[in-house]
Amino acid sequence: MINLAWLVPVLPAIAFVIIIFLTRRLQMVSALTSILAMAGSFIISLGIVFEVLAGPVTMDNPVELSARWLEVPGSVFIQAGVLIDPLSAVMLFVVTFIALLVMIYSIGYMKGEPGYSTFFAYLSLFSCSMLGLVVSNNYFQIFMFWELVGLCSYLLIGFYYHKDSASQANKKAFITNRYGDFGFMLGMFFLFLLFGTFNFRELAAVIPSYTNEALLTVVALLIFVGPIAKSAQFPLHVWLPDAMEGPTPVSALIHAATMVAAGVYLLARGFVLFESATTALIIIALIGGFSSIFAASIGLVQRDIKRILAFSTMSQLGYMVMAIGLGSITAGMFHLTTHAFFKALLFLGAGSVIHAVHTQDIFEMGGLSKKMKVTTWTFIIGSLALAGIFPLAGFWSKDEILLTAANAGEYFGIPILGPIFLILGLSVAFMTAFYMFRLIFVTFFGEEQPGSHAHESPAVMTVPLIILSVFAIFSGFIGTPFTPNGFAEWVYYGEPHHPHPNYGIMIMSTVVALAGIWLAWLIYGKRAISAEMLANRFSTIHRILYNKYYIDEIYLWLFDRVMLGIADACRWCDRKIVDGIADGFGDGIRAMGARMRFIQTGNMQNYALVIFVAVVIIALVLAVPVLGGI
Amino acid sequence: MITLNHYLILAAILFCIGFYGAIAKKNAVAVLMGIELMLNSVNINLVAFNRFLSPGEMTGQIFAIMVIVVAAAEVAVGLALVLNIYRQRLTTDVNDLDWLKW
Repeated sequence: MINLAWLVPVLPAIAFVIIIFLTRRLQMVSALTSILAMAGSFIISLGIVFEVLAGPVTMDNPVELSARWLEVPGSVFIQAGVLIDPLSAVMLFVVTFIALLVMIYSIGYMKGEPGYSTFFAYLSLFSCSMLGLVVSNNYFQIFMFWELVGLCSYLLIGFYYHKDSASQANKKAFITNRYGDFGFMLGMFFLFLLFGTFNFRELAAVIPSYTNEALLTVVALLIFVGPIAKSAQFPLHVWLPDAMEGPTPVSALIHAATMVAAGVYLLARGFVLFESATTALIIIALIGGFSSIFAASIGLVQRDIKRILAFSTMSQLGYMVMAIGLGSITAGMFHLTTHAFFKALLFLGAGSVIHAVHTQDIFEMGGLSKKMKVTTWTFIIGSLALAGIFPLAGFWSKDEILLTAANAGEYFGIPILGPIFLILGLSVAFMTAFYMFRLIFVTFFGEEQPGSHAHESPAVMTVPLIILSVFAIFSGFIGTPFTPNGFAEWVYYGEPHHPHPNYGIMIMSTVVALAGIWLAWLIYGKRAISAEMLANRFSTIHRILYNKYYIDEIYLWLFDRVMLGIADACRWCDRKIVDGIADGFGDGIRAMGARMRFIQTGNMQNYALVIFVAVVIIALVLAVPVLGGI
Repeated sequence: MITLNHYLILAAILFCIGFYGAIAKKNAVAVLMGIELMLNSVNINLVAFNRFLSPGEMTGQIFAIMVIVVAAAEVAVGLALVLNIYRQRLTTDVNDLDWLKW
């Protein structure tokens, strides 16, 4: 199966071509083409996972298939290749599995939408790009697919392009990601300049012996700019909440489970570089941790169901980035895997709710638990998993991250870092539990909206929810400290670190999660504390949080004042100085010509006179030296 | 006694008269005549120099004959031009011949 790994990204690409050129008019055929191709990829991925877990393929002993692609003799040599190790195998499984479920779900969700076939074509193109990114064996190829997933994200956010907000949002996402890609590209070229290769394994062999750590830090941070934008980390996170303008399955697949995780994947894939630059690693951990608490706090007060989930995604991505920054790609990738399942579940559940009530404001919903039993229960399972309640998936992966956070001081040799990151992680866990159960109590319980015609979604939508909720419950067991030969033995950097059960941290994380749920119940379930009263009491904080710390406004202001100001200054320089010099020459010469042309009288006797005078003058000049002063 | 200087002065006077004619006359034929006068004053110079400075050689005289031949050709071309201009424009006034002006 591993030899077929190249087929995994190719199958959806074929589906994309078929749909675009052949079956656009036949909606169901398009959907089935897309799903069949994805199922093929999924089966191959499954085979790869089993082969990797059973066989001799490990992180230190991966399988690499590659071909020459671009070559400029003597200078640049770029491969096209496939690198299969447990890291990419896990990602392959997650991406193909969720893409398959989301596509099945979309059959129901997108029913009757214009552009049904196009939607599936884009989903296939996205799957192709994402899978291509996952299997890449070099930075250049990963960058290419990285751009492609960005393009698909742009296309799908703007799927309802007739809506102004959607077309604004996709531009915002695209442009914000350009900033990240620019940094990534610079970093990548620096790497090539320093080491003469893009290949991950060749780089891994030479980077540890490179001694100029300052330069490595710069390169690592430049490359990290890519994940900052792609994985919506502060300060390039602004595109992710707006990306919720896309159809909900897209939010589930791209903006929750897979594409935004590409940044985390890149950090894990290129970890040897970051590990060699300790300063960069600390900065990565700080940015991840800050993004995580920053987004969680915004999520506390939002009203739009998809935006709450979007900020939750950003917060959890921050968790993963922090875990990798703290030196554990095991914890980061484990959380990525479990998070992909339950966040896809939550988004698809939110989609089911939106499909039923046609609004995204949670305060316009309410009492849906009676009418939408499957959606409600699967959503609650997803939320419990996200909140990190024992023994669901999120508990185990969050536990890993908190354990990593607690060991941060040891890892960097700066003792203060341990408690800082642990407290940060626990506060985020508390907020996560709170905003998820605020969402649940308001949406599914509480008073029913008068005149609501909500009904359960069709089976094609609920079955993926049920499958995902099974994974949300059980996928954590692959990586618990009690699992022999678990996740930590598959995906690791250097030596596998089997986690030892740390009951203190487990209890702490459970307590803060339960406290968050309890507080949400007090305010929104039992209504013992009035939400309005709290909002009025802390109105400043509430306003700041509700407006997302005014980051968008600050960027707009920066753009309007600073960027446009600089642009105006540049334009002035260009118009007045650069163009002025060039135009000045032209104008000067033309003005001279305008004066000089009056010499040309057109009267031949004038010319004759001038010629004669000139001859006389020349003759005198020549004659004087010869004759002397006669 | 007539010396070289007498010839040179005569030639200079003749040249000035010719030059004046070429520059100041309005009639194109008169301008051509002025040019002829200038050429002939040069011829006088050539022959005079030949006679007074190197009497044994004929260089100056041969050169003068060359100038006469060229002048004849020049007058033929010039008169043909004047004739054509007159046919086109019904004028031979050189002040009117300024169509190439800006």
